[in-house]
Amino acid sequence: MTALALERVTTGRRTRQRRRRVATLALVALVLVLGVTMLCLGETTYSLAEVGRVLLGEQVKGASFAVGTLRLPRALAGILAGLAFGAAGASFQTMLRNPLASPDIIGISAGASAAAVWCILVLHWSGPAVSVIAVVAGLVVAGAIYALARGGESAGGRLILIGIGVGAMLDSVVSYLLLNASAWDVPTAVRWLTGSLNGIRMEAIAPLAVAVVVLGGALLFVARDLRALEFGDQSATALGVRVDAVRLVLVLAAVGLVAFATATTGPIAFVAFLAGPIATRLVGAGAPVVLPAALTGAALVLAADLLGQFAFDTRFPVGVVTGMIGAPYLLFLLIRLNRAGGSA
Amino acid sequence: MTAHHTLTAERLVAGYGDRKVVDGIDLAVPPGAVTVIIGANACGKSTLLKTLARLLAPTAGSVTLDGRDIHHVPTRDLARSLGLLPQSPIAPEGIVVADLVGRGRHPHQRMFSGWSKADDVAVAEALTATGIADLADRSVDELSGGQRQRVWVAMALAQQTDILLLDEPTTFLDVTHQIEILDLLTDLNRTRGTTIVMVLHDINLAARYADHVIAVHRGRVVASGAPNDVVTADLVHEVFGLDSLVVTDQVSGSPMVLPRGRHHVRPVVTPADPPPGVPRGGDGSGSRDVAPAAVAAAVGPVTAGSAA
Repeated sequence: MTALALERVTTGRRTRQRRRRVATLALVALVLVLGVTMLCLGETTYSLAEVGRVLLGEQVKGASFAVGTLRLPRALAGILAGLAFGAAGASFQTMLRNPLASPDIIGISAGASAAAVWCILVLHWSGPAVSVIAVVAGLVVAGAIYALARGGESAGGRLILIGIGVGAMLDSVVSYLLLNASAWDVPTAVRWLTGSLNGIRMEAIAPLAVAVVVLGGALLFVARDLRALEFGDQSATALGVRVDAVRLVLVLAAVGLVAFATATTGPIAFVAFLAGPIATRLVGAGAPVVLPAALTGAALVLAADLLGQFAFDTRFPVGVVTGMIGAPYLLFLLIRLNRAGGSA
Repeated sequence: MTAHHTLTAERLVAGYGDRKVVDGIDLAVPPGAVTVIIGANACGKSTLLKTLARLLAPTAGSVTLDGRDIHHVPTRDLARSLGLLPQSPIAPEGIVVADLVGRGRHPHQRMFSGWSKADDVAVAEALTATGIADLADRSVDELSGGQRQRVWVAMALAQQTDILLLDEPTTFLDVTHQIEILDLLTDLNRTRGTTIVMVLHDINLAARYADHVIAVHRGRVVASGAPNDVVTADLVHEVFGLDSLVVTDQVSGSPMVLPRGRHHVRPVVTPADPPPGVPRGGDGSGSRDVAPAAVAAAVGPVTAGSAA
């Protein structure tokens, strides 16, 4: 009796594990293919061999500048920002047990943007200081939303509604600052409105890469406990998880990732929001989601940027394309939340 | 699962904000027995269970497991001897039964240790014990309420704890499934020696399935002991504010509470009427007062005073 059950449990688990591995490897492959495609395509299209030689450090006439200086930072920024948005979004969604609870929906990204725009336009700062302020502002907004939403029943649903409201207010702050800015400053600041990979230089990659490794590593470190949080705080405690500590690590790491990525590429709309649900579809429900979601985020950003660059007559920044993909899904979820009585 | 753990509370006070919901409770959970906590709504029984399970920190007093304060034991270590099934656990969307039950292995696994053979065995055993091995690969969303409750019990079993706390494990279930779950928990207790502590709403099921009853009223324990000693008309009146007749359950021999509402009460006898010395099981004399003759046969007023 138990022997039969044991066989069933073992085969079932192995099957699901295999699916997870295959899906994760497929995502890695997809990100690589998209990244290489991005290096090849452009005003001039270079062959794989030429791109390979540039990457190995050889001087190739024409290609070295186009690929090495323009396209490589663009592709790396896309991958790193996508990883950051994807991992942060999925962590928030899982922790708050709600697909709407992604940092770009509940105003955390908007907080980082508003602070950065203010630094650029009002204080005339630039460089890493702006990123630091963006991180701090993201954490402050996260804390404020949490404080406003706490207490009573269905804190999750309220947190999301308050977050959407706070986000809208912060977006209008950004618009106000831009309207009052001198024309000279506006191009830099617009980056903070719509995510774009245009004109990213190699110097901007290093801080983002460090953030992705350190903070992404922190998220993976608590990923096992994050899965226990899916059952609610009580069950998680009963399973031996230090709920408050895990949640603190998750919030700090995820907000940090969002802020660093936003500082480099601007808020690429809906990537954080879409990556988790898509990744869950791919690896199956109940699987660890942070890593697949990060990879999905990277694939989304690269694919959307390629579409934005080459699919239309006009070149669109990546955020416009992801916005077009994400908005219908947001509407769908909002309608479902509304039907469920606002407490989903 | 050989050594029995002792779970005790001393002068326990707990609540939310300034409101004391548990107000000075001393208790010792009898090891290897089924303990049921009963009481009216908002009397503090769920809060008591949450405090015993370290979900809520006491404002005064302490909960100890084998003599150690549970808030000083690493929570992961505690999770290997003390399990909990909350009142309304949340299932991640789309999760498969075996995966959900497997999450009960969490406190036994290390970060990068991966999944061991022992984990598979524990899950298979839990599924078999709860009779849901056939559902292993099904999505939890598709299951009925009764099946789902079994899945949660199985998850708690996979955790392999010596003590299992359950907060109203039969809520939202129809009577058949209530009995199924309680039978299942009794099996666990009898075969594995698992110490069970649960909050139940239904006082009659509590009296039937408990080895030890703890009656809570306004945050204090008003009586505890064997069902026959605790479940009396006086106690029901004190704890629930309800007039009742306590008879013997024909099926189990445990005390059974027949509530007296304002309606549908036979206008024959008031609770005070039968003299204390009425002979038990007297076929002729009792049958007049209580509806079905069969029940009447066994009616012995287990009421006030008989608790001695």
